[in-house]
Amino acid sequence: MPRYIGKEMSRVDGVAKVTGRAKYAAEFRAPNLAYGFIVTGAVAKGTIKSIDTQEAERAPGVVRVFTHLNTPKLGPKANTELAPPQNARQQDKSFRALQSDKIYFNAQPVALVVAETYEQARYASRLVKVTYNAEKHSTDTEAVRGNAKAPTQGRPPQARGNPDEAMKSAAVKVEAEYRIAIEHHNPMEPHAAVAAWEGDKLTIFDKTQEVYGVRRHLASTFGVPEANVSVVSPYVGGAFGSSLRPNYYPALTAMAARELRRPVKVVYTRTQMFTGHGHRPYTIQKIALGAEASGKLTAMIHTAVHNTSSFEEFNDNTTGFTRQVYACPNLYAPTLIVPTDLPTPTWMRAPGAVSGMFALECAMDELAYALKIDPLELRLINYAEKDPESGRPFSSKALRECYRLGSEKFGWKNRKMEPRSMRDGRLLVGWGTATGVWGAFQSPATAKITYRSDGTAHVTSATSDIGPGTYTVMTMIAAEYLGNRPEQVKFELGDTNFPRAPAQGGSQTTSSVGSAVHGAALAVTNKLLTLANQDASSPLKSAAVADVEMLDGRLRLKSDPSKFVSIPEVMRRNNLNEVTETFESRPSPERQKYATMAHGAQFVEVKVDPDLGTVRVTRAIEVTACGKIINPKASHSQEIGGVVWGIGMALQEATEIDHRYGRIMNPNLQHYHVPVNADVHEVETMFVEEDDKVVNPLGVKGMGELGMVGIPAAIANAVFHATGKRVRELPITPDKLL
Amino acid sequence: MKDELDETSGPDLSDDEEALLKEMPTLTDVGQARRTFLGQTLASSLGAFALMLLEKEQALAALATSPGAVFAPAPALENPVSVVLKVNGATKTLEVDSRMVLLDALRERLELTGTKKGCDQGQCGACTVLVDGRRVLSCLTLAATVEGKEVTTVEGLAKGDELHPVQAAFIKYDGFQCGYCTPGQICSAVGLLEEARRGEVSHVTEDVTAPVKQLSDDEIRERMSGNICRCGAYPKIVAAIQEAHSGRESARTWCFVDEDELARVRKEWEADETV
Amino acid sequence: MRPFKYVRASDAAAAARAVAANPRAKFLAGGTNILDLMKEDVERPNELIDLTRLKLAEIKAAGGGVSIGALAKNTDTANHPLIRKNYPLLTQAIVAGASGQLRNMATNGGNLMQRTRCQYFYDTAMPCNKREPGTGCGALEGLNRIHAIFGWSDKCVATYPGDMANALYALDAVVRVRGANGKERTIPVGEFHRLPGDTPERDNNLAHGELITAIELPKSSFAKNSYYLKVRDRASYAFALVAVAAALELDGNNVRAARVVLGGVAHKPWRSQEAEAALAGKPASEESFRRAADAALAGAKPLAHNAYKVELGKRAVVRALMRAAHLV
Repeated sequence: MPRYIGKEMSRVDGVAKVTGRAKYAAEFRAPNLAYGFIVTGAVAKGTIKSIDTQEAERAPGVVRVFTHLNTPKLGPKANTELAPPQNARQQDKSFRALQSDKIYFNAQPVALVVAETYEQARYASRLVKVTYNAEKHSTDTEAVRGNAKAPTQGRPPQARGNPDEAMKSAAVKVEAEYRIAIEHHNPMEPHAAVAAWEGDKLTIFDKTQEVYGVRRHLASTFGVPEANVSVVSPYVGGAFGSSLRPNYYPALTAMAARELRRPVKVVYTRTQMFTGHGHRPYTIQKIALGAEASGKLTAMIHTAVHNTSSFEEFNDNTTGFTRQVYACPNLYAPTLIVPTDLPTPTWMRAPGAVSGMFALECAMDELAYALKIDPLELRLINYAEKDPESGRPFSSKALRECYRLGSEKFGWKNRKMEPRSMRDGRLLVGWGTATGVWGAFQSPATAKITYRSDGTAHVTSATSDIGPGTYTVMTMIAAEYLGNRPEQVKFELGDTNFPRAPAQGGSQTTSSVGSAVHGAALAVTNKLLTLANQDASSPLKSAAVADVEMLDGRLRLKSDPSKFVSIPEVMRRNNLNEVTETFESRPSPERQKYATMAHGAQFVEVKVDPDLGTVRVTRAIEVTACGKIINPKASHSQEIGGVVWGIGMALQEATEIDHRYGRIMNPNLQHYHVPVNADVHEVETMFVEEDDKVVNPLGVKGMGELGMVGIPAAIANAVFHATGKRVRELPITPDKLL
Repeated sequence: MKDELDETSGPDLSDDEEALLKEMPTLTDVGQARRTFLGQTLASSLGAFALMLLEKEQALAALATSPGAVFAPAPALENPVSVVLKVNGATKTLEVDSRMVLLDALRERLELTGTKKGCDQGQCGACTVLVDGRRVLSCLTLAATVEGKEVTTVEGLAKGDELHPVQAAFIKYDGFQCGYCTPGQICSAVGLLEEARRGEVSHVTEDVTAPVKQLSDDEIRERMSGNICRCGAYPKIVAAIQEAHSGRESARTWCFVDEDELARVRKEWEADETV
Repeated sequence: MRPFKYVRASDAAAAARAVAANPRAKFLAGGTNILDLMKEDVERPNELIDLTRLKLAEIKAAGGGVSIGALAKNTDTANHPLIRKNYPLLTQAIVAGASGQLRNMATNGGNLMQRTRCQYFYDTAMPCNKREPGTGCGALEGLNRIHAIFGWSDKCVATYPGDMANALYALDAVVRVRGANGKERTIPVGEFHRLPGDTPERDNNLAHGELITAIELPKSSFAKNSYYLKVRDRASYAFALVAVAAALELDGNNVRAARVVLGGVAHKPWRSQEAEAALAGKPASEESFRRAADAALAGAKPLAHNAYKVELGKRAVVRALMRAAHLV
């Protein structure tokens, strides 16, 4: 019986967070710290004609004003540690600040003012005068969608079967176009860095989802060995994908610190966060579904078009999961991209999946109504028993259980099919459902454990905890397999002094880093077993590491706990105070034989005021099949977060661009709406655990994205059920329901 | 299903909490006594974390001034304002630039970084502190204006090692994820409870002419809407504040589906398919 | 934020004189709007006169009505027993605005002074006649989903964003102001804010240096039948798409007097005397309310992205009146 895994545990970093002791990037102090404030441009495309910094430089407290005229080159330089890029994918074409007079997007940084205080830097930033040679820009994806092409990287889109023919002969067809506005992550913590050089060694406190990624980026930027760059990021105040890639500010901050020979801090303003990193792209999707009268899908054609920047390709893989959700022999599902004069988009919580599944799952709802089949039943009819794309079996897939149990819990059988048929007083009630899906990913990761004779352990891995509870779950895994208590484990992350871990993205941290911590604990066990068995009288003489376990300072036989050795004694005999093991976990080759995915069924109830067009999501149930749940307390929080994000996407969030200027016009939290407390009501989670030994030794899949994937579609479907109005353009604001 | 989400089942305690609870049966009552108990046990388990944070903080503290470091020529403070205020009970005297807001004074001058800058525009609530006991936004409060006032930040809520009941409840209900909005949420909640005690009304108060007593969950939702949590911990924030307010424990809203339940539905659809 | 001299005012007369003496001086009360705009470089005072220590926060019965101090906090105003009992419409309007924290900071005088939330006004890289006369109106042909449908000019299509003033207008309140010369005058709330016309840079009819000292509410017969409705893009902490302050004085089932003021639709609180006239003497019923709503919105001139406000406005008027009459 596990002692910790699968049981609720409060966050080990909880006290630090509720008392204000947890330190985020901008909160680290350094002697002689100077404050940088970014100046952003005012045109979407063209060149800088003139830039006058004199008045800013004369302002009190200003140390220096950096522009493209006096900023050193921040590009990849010769670096003996770096192999030349093997393919175009590895070539870093990301935007770097102040490198030329060229303007790629509106509100691009054009200067950095560094001053002795924040107030002085902010004021002087207003004194920098810039003129431009503006060129004709293009920021409207709708206007240029005809130019969309398949990304140059990755496999070109291929059809399965013969979708065009199958569509022609389908008994029932639906076809529609769906749109999703640009969205921004808006984590509560603004992106920030504090950089300090000692000679050619750099320490940088940064908000990042991958300290090693920032290190690689900065080492190549400044032409120093990676070992010279120390990136520290113990707490991240949310990121949701916005800190997966190094953004332009860490290099800018480190540049200023290097030039001025003193530590510098740069923090994005909330407004700068709308152009200081990428966004969920504007996505136009056309879907056609063909089915037999029985509901069986015969053809799916799903084409997505979204924007990228003029200098870099970004592929959200919007239609990726369309290929794997339903059993359908004929399919074509390309994602096409089109350049615009906006910053490069990036991954944003449940990237691609939530956008693609919004369109697909709404189209499935439309098909259900066309067929007069219950929407949930339609999904069961088209249930994929094996991966439709590869033909491989799923390593585990309890989605059918999710559909069944969720519908029972929700009371789905009481749903009247007819739109506008359910009411609560004056309010229209709508029930909607959708499928959630995400990959069960795993990447190589390394963890190090130092186990001491007093039973305490120090565990490190350079992963990140942007909110899912990584500190806690790694502590639980270590305590489980080291046989001690969580209070005896100190797990640290977010530091390039720790062993390498992948970016915290794609819901793969527990599977990747958790497997490394698990492996390192087994390595410690193995080491102790070897040491114990150096003693001729060891009762564990013939045991293999799989036969033993650590518990309360003992190493004992699993099959017969009366056969044990005292770990402190073994260590004492070997003159050891501690044992240190490092373990790198890698995805097992066994995974290649399977499709490894997480699934969920999502049910929501909305109440719509038919007069005023306001929508409230009054109830949501997440039924989740994603392997083993380590900490249900934090996992439930992830699922709630997914619902809240789904509410934002479905009903509120849209980055608005005035295309005349190519400028984002609502770059703040008063005009860009995200859900507030009053927007969120009951959210319940049911975990349908899967026993999956293929995905990884812990049997875990990720859930940070999964919980969001189906929610926007479920809400839009519920709004249709409530009102009879099919809104195919997100967000569904009150004006669209009048 | 075994794990029905009924009204009576509270969130599970950790094994340690359970064990301690058995030893201390007098503290099992819902409400203040239990909250104190949680606060005490949680604060005492800070150990490893406190140490770790100190290490990170000291990383740069010893950095010497580099030869050739560039400074602005004699940066005299413009429009200086002298301010004397109390922060978390301690009197502080500051000479500030008139442009400095309380938020930056706390974070950049007083080393109180618990108060967070989320938007700097009064649009998120992360910077909420209590001034003379009322919740306000420190990003839109000039430092110069708090002369003679008492400021309480998240760092000033716990009594020694004992967490404030709202802090303890946030941990108990997992009322946060990334933790960045949390200090603002907690200060806001502490202010809100006081407002509730004074009988103040809100936008969702049905009859503003009638006295307000116990807050419903809807009342708490509305009253906490000035604090954005992008991780979306709202339902758990409401549960935490409700317990701090009324002593009422919120029902657990998640469950594991057990084996019997799974076996039942699997059997049902096999039966469906044979029909 | 530009450098500014900070002055803590000790009395109202000195405060008014100080601002009058410096064309770039401004009053500071709750700070919830001006500091935000100063950070954005939209407001650029070189001197701030801090009013918060002045004794202008009293809320008291006066002349059969109530006088509320200009520096009384929104929270204290909304919760004052005299207001809750006699002017629940005002309480509802105040608590519909902003957040608990902001209402604890914001003063009544400052609330009247808050500036538009037009995106073009906020962005100094964009044209805006209100911010910088002569640069043009970015919203007129731009993004104007949240903009005016009444009373706009080709110079400005911004809306007044407040809630409190809509209720004050419906309650026939007057604003008491004091000039630098010590002279007091009163301005009816309906005449306090201006339409943009050719001078959108002027939000209201205060002279530079005039200080709001109080808002006076006459005795009201609307307490039993009033309602403040606010429709917005999310459930809370957002500005109105459309708001309605509705107040009825009923004689049995008939409307003796009515007030209908719309918010979020014009550069000032927008009272519809057409709607009020349509209601007078009519039964309090959904049918009369519909006719009044049609009358209220008849003169609306929507822009490219806000035609929805016309229909939404009608429905909001009906709903607010229905609530005021306790019919829903």
